[in-house]
Amino acid sequence: MADNHKRAGRLDEATRTETVGHEWDGIEELNTPLPRWWLWTFYACIVFAIGYCIAYPAWPMLARGTEGMLGWTSRGELDKEMKQAADARARTVAALADMPIEELARHPELMRAAVAGGAAAFRINCVQCHGVGAAGFKGFPNLNDDDWLWGGDLKAIETTLIHGIRQPGDAATRQSAMPAFGADGLLPPEQIEQVADHVLSLSGKSRPSTAGARVFADNCAVCHGPAGQGSRQFGAPDLTDPIWLDGGSRAEVIAQITRPHMGVMPAWAGRLDPVTIRMLAAYVHSLGGGEEAPAAMPASAPPAVPAP
Amino acid sequence: MDQSTASGSTRASLYARHEPVFNRRIDGKFRRIKWAVMALCLIVYWVTPWLRWDRGSYAPDQAVLIDLAHRRFYMFGIEIWPHEFYFVAGLLIMAGIGLFLVTSAVGRAWCGYACPQTVWTDLFQHVDRLIDGDRNARMRLHKAPWGPAKIARRLVKWSIYLVISFATGGAWIFYFADAPTLQHAFWTGTADPVAYATVAVLTATTFVLGGFLREQVCIYMCPWPRIQTTMLDEKSLIVTYKDWRGEPRASVKKAQKAPDLYGDCIDCAQCVAVCPTGIDIREGAQVGCITCALCIDACDRVMKEVGRPRGLIDYATLEDAEAEQAGHAPTRHRKLIWRPRTLVYVGAWAGIGFALLFLLGARVHTDLTVSKDRNPPYILLSDGSVRNAYTLRLRNMQGRPRRMEIALDGLAGAEMWADDSRRAAAGRRIVRTVPADATYPLRIYVVAPQATSGQDFVFRLRALGEPDEMDTAEVRFDTPQEATP
Ligand code: SF4
Ligand code: SF4
Repeated sequence: MADNHKRAGRLDEATRTETVGHEWDGIEELNTPLPRWWLWTFYACIVFAIGYCIAYPAWPMLARGTEGMLGWTSRGELDKEMKQAADARARTVAALADMPIEELARHPELMRAAVAGGAAAFRINCVQCHGVGAAGFKGFPNLNDDDWLWGGDLKAIETTLIHGIRQPGDAATRQSAMPAFGADGLLPPEQIEQVADHVLSLSGKSRPSTAGARVFADNCAVCHGPAGQGSRQFGAPDLTDPIWLDGGSRAEVIAQITRPHMGVMPAWAGRLDPVTIRMLAAYVHSLGGGEEAPAAMPASAPPAVPAP
Repeated sequence: MDQSTASGSTRASLYARHEPVFNRRIDGKFRRIKWAVMALCLIVYWVTPWLRWDRGSYAPDQAVLIDLAHRRFYMFGIEIWPHEFYFVAGLLIMAGIGLFLVTSAVGRAWCGYACPQTVWTDLFQHVDRLIDGDRNARMRLHKAPWGPAKIARRLVKWSIYLVISFATGGAWIFYFADAPTLQHAFWTGTADPVAYATVAVLTATTFVLGGFLREQVCIYMCPWPRIQTTMLDEKSLIVTYKDWRGEPRASVKKAQKAPDLYGDCIDCAQCVAVCPTGIDIREGAQVGCITCALCIDACDRVMKEVGRPRGLIDYATLEDAEAEQAGHAPTRHRKLIWRPRTLVYVGAWAGIGFALLFLLGARVHTDLTVSKDRNPPYILLSDGSVRNAYTLRLRNMQGRPRRMEIALDGLAGAEMWADDSRRAAAGRRIVRTVPADATYPLRIYVVAPQATSGQDFVFRLRALGEPDEMDTAEVRFDTPQEATP
């Protein structure tokens, strides 16, 4: 094969092997012959590589790469895996679709699957407003606590998810509005300050104000209840607890009475499939504040004892 | 090596043909040691997965099992979990240092006796001898033209190769699953495709590497000879042809005529004939020599026949060689181990070994890890109290279900409940039955009264009724009132 190898050097006596022909300070390098099986292995690799290039996508061309005879694509592989995953989940999904959500608690296996699925869906659809840990921000409710505007049992959460909050075009949406007492001139500024003091006094953050209490009874009690314990019927927050959706400082309370901020949430019914919504409800319920059953909330009753 | 290059008159080829090795049968001290080591290695390899070990009804009863699916490693009385992988790492380090030790004391003993490539090559060479006869018969057959007789012999030989290879590849998979079950599944065609693929690949590699490539693996493929040569020093045993005694070589007849002119080597080439890698040790130490010492056996036999002292080829250190040439007695080989370098290896090896044994004896079979929810760090509840959430992992590393108790230590006034329970049932301790040999995840909510400040506290895990089986984990409780230390 290479018997006419011109640049080869001398023959080394001890090993009977040719040197490569270079010398560095008396050090020479042996040109040890390669075993022939190595050469055949190398040829076999070349043959394999040619076969591979024919069978699989290999060469980048101008617009797209060569496609290969087997028609394999990484996208196709992904589709196959996604389909396998969907098939594996099919039974759980079917069971979730058929079961009224109130019964979910009696099926721990299904509940666990729903919570896991809900956690994934939450990360895509809900974190934008409620945050990755579902802890919310000012004006966006924290879903971990036991303070619910519209109810914290599975059914209530699912309803809120389906119809959204203050969504135009959905007749069953959670609807309520707080008057802009200041901006629309319904109350003069000093009365707004008095009622703010009264509201803060309900959780011990301010001294009681008799004048404020009167303003409260006339203007606010209809939604927030005479004791300020809130009403889930109107999504009116409990004003006696230490949780403040729009901030609990005096200035923030005054701002809210003057020109209220009222949150909105999309109606997810048209955007997500019913099973995903159900799983989201299970996930939100699982965050630590979920309630067992719809809490009875007569307008005059004291706030319900927080369920776990 | 191509013989045509020996004359120096022609140019060497860039590629060397594989010169088949037809090594002669030999008996002797080292051959017997080799037999014993080979038998031991093969028996250990084939028998180990079939040994049983009673671990109760919740764990497999296979003595040695690498259970990748459930991530457990069983070795007789020891069961190793993934989080205790340092035991395996320790064993691997010990194996490494053990090899350093052996190499620095007795040279390439691993290559010569215990390496799977050596053991299986040896086995296949015995098959060659059994089917085709000893060296000369095999050489004749190799040169003979292909005919029915040669084809028949080759087919028989390769079939035996294949059976051995299949047995080798087949035994491997039993280390990774229950051997009797897997064997049944394997023969009925219901085993996992991975099992068949593994057996196929290992059968093929054994067939090719043991049946055909043999010494080529040692000389061209294996990194270990190169690494070992860097570890040898002038006090390491290597197989040495004592050229100062043997040269100049001459036939017995020639030497009889002029005894003073010649050395002890009678140039019978028996040492070359028995060598499993086909080299001539009289050219000096070389990478092709796996120090199997068969040439020592061969030459000792020749020396005995011609009435000269044994050990013309022998295990010797470079220092021995120099001493002997200068007319001094060589050191006793027994003493080779007692030198600083090997003692350091022995010390490190034994140190790690004792440390592992100590850890093994002192380890508990209960373990608790806690990770705290960091987003959000705390939740303010409507009654003013503060809630933190934690994910606990209770490990029961025993082959039976156990009752375990989680208790709060510190954090005055706090209570906890698990997510499958409710706040009304909160308390300062929770008892659960943790299944055998399992990790039990438990999500815990801890609620502390209003005005609790941020502080550290401890979860205590205790196996009920077992005073020593406990573990603790210190974690943070976050509150809006920030830290007081
Ligand atoms: S030269 Fe001797 S010790 Fe080395 S591989 Fe050959 S027979 Fe074995
Ligand atoms: S076996 Fe001993 S005597 Fe015979 S050639 Fe080898 S070294 Fe010389």
